[in-house]
Amino acid sequence: MIDKLTLYFQYPFVRYALIVGVLIALCSSLLGVTLVLKRFSFIGDGLSHVAFGAMAIAAVLQFTNRMIIMLPVTVIAAILLLRTGQNTKIKGDAMVAMISVGSMAFGYLLMNIFSTSSNLTGDVCSTLFGSTSILTLTLREVRVCAVLSVVVVAIFVLFYNRIFAVTFDENFARAVGTKTDRYNLLIAVVIAVIIVLAMNLVGSLLISALVIFPALSAMRLFNNFKSVTVCSAVLSVICAFLGIMISILAGTPVGSTIVAIDVLAFTCCCAAGRLKGVGV
Amino acid sequence: MALITAKDLALGYDREVIVSGLNFEVNSGDYLCIVGENGSGKTTLMKTLLSLMEPIEGKILTGDGLNANEIGYLPQQTQVQKDFPASVKEVVLSGCQGRCGIRPFYSRKEKELAKSNMERMRIKELENRSYRELSGGQQQRVLLARALCATQKVLLLDEPVSGLDPKVTAEMYELIKKLNSEGITIIMISHDIEAAVLYASHILHIGEEVFFGTKEDYLKSSPGQLFIMNRRFKNEGKEQGGTGNDR
Repeated sequence: MIDKLTLYFQYPFVRYALIVGVLIALCSSLLGVTLVLKRFSFIGDGLSHVAFGAMAIAAVLQFTNRMIIMLPVTVIAAILLLRTGQNTKIKGDAMVAMISVGSMAFGYLLMNIFSTSSNLTGDVCSTLFGSTSILTLTLREVRVCAVLSVVVVAIFVLFYNRIFAVTFDENFARAVGTKTDRYNLLIAVVIAVIIVLAMNLVGSLLISALVIFPALSAMRLFNNFKSVTVCSAVLSVICAFLGIMISILAGTPVGSTIVAIDVLAFTCCCAAGRLKGVGV
Repeated sequence: MALITAKDLALGYDREVIVSGLNFEVNSGDYLCIVGENGSGKTTLMKTLLSLMEPIEGKILTGDGLNANEIGYLPQQTQVQKDFPASVKEVVLSGCQGRCGIRPFYSRKEKELAKSNMERMRIKELENRSYRELSGGQQQRVLLARALCATQKVLLLDEPVSGLDPKVTAEMYELIKKLNSEGITIIMISHDIEAAVLYASHILHIGEEVFFGTKEDYLKSSPGQLFIMNRRFKNEGKEQGGTGNDR
């Protein structure tokens, strides 16, 4: 087994996959806690569908760098979705559902009508489940991913206290002079960036698993915000690492392996939480 | 000059006026109770005082060295908080947020402040406990400590005893009274007219008829008489029904 691993690690694309996978797992878990607590668990899912639609447009327009379209479109969608939290005309969850299925349908439609590829089903499948794209990363993509991850982590650490205040009690935070709109916007933008990054790793259907599972697992084990955040980051990184290793050794698809391990970790944490007597 | 002065205030949502013609002032050391039926605009007034909302007409002036963001706020509990994994210490410390400016982390001074306010609310021994595990009364004291971190002058309390049992309710009122006697101005929204009459120095009644004045004047005024009669009637009805526990 060790031999097999050393053999694989001679290939740069395997090393890239591991680096990118771990970084994405770290970033996505950080904001997961906030999203779960703000009752926005599904937003990751909705946004990833938007990213899928945006990618279809980029593919049709034959952009080589799809990020140029995906990132801004997803950021705008994220801002719109988090805004509707306060708007009462259409409730937040209905809005997420609308935007996500809508962009999904348009994305597939566009790909189907304008596609030049001979293997359309394969293309769609790999965007949805991220089956191969993580193994075809170029050095430039790894660099972009690393830079964005550092930025996400830095933002999170710098604004940690404010993110806590805005998540725990938005009205109070606003009353003491925190510009909550600004931080909600920040959270929305960061989520969008993470989603676009994570599409490479697990594909658009499985992203919300990366966002919510580590947070939910950590909430079973710990009782304060700091420990929950740290624990979910650590869990997420471990699960991503194990998932990538297993998928290399067993030849399983990367994305779904990682998510399967996340689910497993959640089950363990639930059991451990019961024993420890924490949580709900 | 008064701490807070409201001039010809009209409040509401989407330009639909809920209550208008509000004039009142709050001076340092006052204990003001805002009473009125459901839907009369109590919470809207609170949000306006906290500058979470703009009034439709009129304005709120702050004076006596009070900045608009120096008002401590005890909100009603939200659904989100019921399973929020946060320790008491983290929650109380988040009240210092307004003092930070653009500094990202809390200073030692702010941590000291949080500590002293936890001691003041007698929750120091709970500091590492999880907020979601506490009883209703303990949670209210945590939120009160947080509000105290945000202000030295004025506390706004939104239904502070809602959902608490009678014994804890009485403790909560005593605690608020103690804070008031220590020089903190109290503005409280309440359903509980008996307690309002017992503890407050001034009463603002909003609804179809608006009254503002001292407690003594309120008891003689027509909305006061009516409100008290209604309350008594309701309470008697409830006691006959066997529940008897009106908050």
